[in-house]
Amino acid sequence: MTRPSTVANEALPQSGFRTLLYKELLRFWKVSAQTVTAPVLTAMLYLLIFSHVLQDRVQVYPGVQYTAFLIPGLIMMSVLQNAFANTSSSLIQSKITGNLVFVLLPPISYFEFFSAYVIASVVRGLCVGLGVFAVTLLFGMPPLREPVWIVVFAVMGSAFLGSMGLLAGIQADKFDHIAAFQNFFILPATFLSGVFYSIHSLPPFWQTVSHFNPFFYMIDGFRRGFFGQSDVSPWLSLLIVATCLGAIAGLILWMLKTGYKLRH
Amino acid sequence: MGSHLELPDFFQFMTTAAIKVRDLKKRFGALQALDGVSLCIEQGEFFGLLGPNGAGKTTLISTIAGLTRGDSGSVLVMGHDVVGAYRESRRSLGVVPQELVFDPFFSVRETLRIQSGYFGLRNNDAWIDEVMGHLDLTGKADANMRALSGGMKRRVLVAQALVHRPPVIVLDEPTAGVDVELRQTLWKFIAQLNRAGHTIVLTTHYLEEAESLCGRIAMLQAGRVVALDTTAELLRRHAGAFLRVKIRGPLPAELAARKPVEAGGSFRFRLKDYDEVAMVLAPLRAAVLHIDEMEVMAPDLEDVFMQVMNQGKEPMQ
Ligand SMILES: Nc1ncnc2c1ncn2[C@@H]1O[C@H](COP(=O)(O)OP(=O)(O)OP(=O)(O)O)[C@@H](O)[C@H]1O
Ligand SMILES: [Mg+2]
Repeated sequence: MTRPSTVANEALPQSGFRTLLYKELLRFWKVSAQTVTAPVLTAMLYLLIFSHVLQDRVQVYPGVQYTAFLIPGLIMMSVLQNAFANTSSSLIQSKITGNLVFVLLPPISYFEFFSAYVIASVVRGLCVGLGVFAVTLLFGMPPLREPVWIVVFAVMGSAFLGSMGLLAGIQADKFDHIAAFQNFFILPATFLSGVFYSIHSLPPFWQTVSHFNPFFYMIDGFRRGFFGQSDVSPWLSLLIVATCLGAIAGLILWMLKTGYKLRH
Repeated sequence: MGSHLELPDFFQFMTTAAIKVRDLKKRFGALQALDGVSLCIEQGEFFGLLGPNGAGKTTLISTIAGLTRGDSGSVLVMGHDVVGAYRESRRSLGVVPQELVFDPFFSVRETLRIQSGYFGLRNNDAWIDEVMGHLDLTGKADANMRALSGGMKRRVLVAQALVHRPPVIVLDEPTAGVDVELRQTLWKFIAQLNRAGHTIVLTTHYLEEAESLCGRIAMLQAGRVVALDTTAELLRRHAGAFLRVKIRGPLPAELAARKPVEAGGSFRFRLKDYDEVAMVLAPLRAAVLHIDEMEVMAPDLEDVFMQVMNQGKEPMQ
């Protein structure tokens, strides 16, 4: 019936990465009403309300209507929040229900573990982003001047927020910890990043503060892809976002390697 | 009762231990959960890990599985260090966790396919079906995990530990809260795996289970190994025998000094060996006491267990 053959085992160099990624994708896809449709609806509500109130009063870039300006920011905000939600909720749920052991017992390397979780969160971010984009088409087709930046910043931004979610998930012992991280850190950082305005319309002090916010560069770079205009050079934004992503990835890999919190 | 001496000949040539633990220590805050544990479990053994609640059994298993890191000491599974060569060691190991955990997102079959995939096995349905068959899970293959009863969930946990056909299988209280039928199904299957050459390590609080299944047993107390021997030797060496008598009248002082356990009007005497039976009966006879009932009992593992735990640390050889 069975042999405890280590020989057979060693002949299987395949890794668990693909399955872990598949599992993470399936996890949000099975409840897509909650993980994709709901955030798209939320973004649409924001758009309806803000555009209705502010359409004729604010003009951020010359020749760009406020609604048009708002759309990329809203898309990016949804992308980022959902990328964060995916990793953080998956990890904390597995921790609390205890089924994290199923991924801790197999021979999955730290890098594979990190990549699978983060890639799944990027996919979720992009799905939500596409959904919001599709809905905003009701308000007219936005310009797509430099579309490469749209893709680059959507991917980099969601990878960064997916990593943040992983960090929060590793650190947290209960759902409250994740909620606190989200409410006191992610949410203010997104709102203060220029989703609803150009930072040039801020007083000088807050402009300076915004320049220390990585979210500002993600949204500014992303918006660049639509309008061909941005507050700072997209290359600078890319450099900063990539550096932040590299730093947090390094931190998480170190945590996974030492077993911090997960293999205590 | 198969001791490790009865293993097939080919094991004589295998030098790699299934599990080798050397001076393992693990502290949780002020609590020393493992206090210098050393163990060597050979391939093909059916090994029991016993001890009271909090003795450190699960902590030891978690360290072997890489779920916990020891503070010092080393653990090898099939010769692979659980930290340095974690991929190889985890591939060699199947663990049934003590806690009844499951992923509510998936059905039984999905759960097993995914677990299989984590070990890099993507076309494993034949084996998955076979394992489900052995554990009477086939009828529940497409049921969601949430909809299963506790015992069924336990079966899935066992199946999950076996998807990659690990040479070493560790079961942490697999029969806790499980009905008689599953116990029998489970032990039949596990014994079959053991005969096929898999090493089995088992913790349980049902000592008769351990007595009938395990060839060798380690007893843990407060993070230390306090007994380690073949089951047969533990039974022989530790407990002697018991004599239970029910008498009419008070116990002679000479016998009261032996401090028998009194229960239901009868007295239970510990004896070093059967020769001592006469030494208990003589004073009764001298006092002309009538004996209503009498019984001489061989010790079971529970007696050994109680004795080892009460004397704290017994000298190891
Ligand atoms: N993560 C942890 N943090 C703090 N203390 C822990 C942790 N895990 C275990 N302990 C403590 O370590 C000791 C050993 O626990 P362990 O679970 O290994 O015991 P056990 O022998 O498996 O007991 P049981 O028979 O009840 O399952 C206990 O005192 C327990 O409270
Ligand atoms: Mg335990």
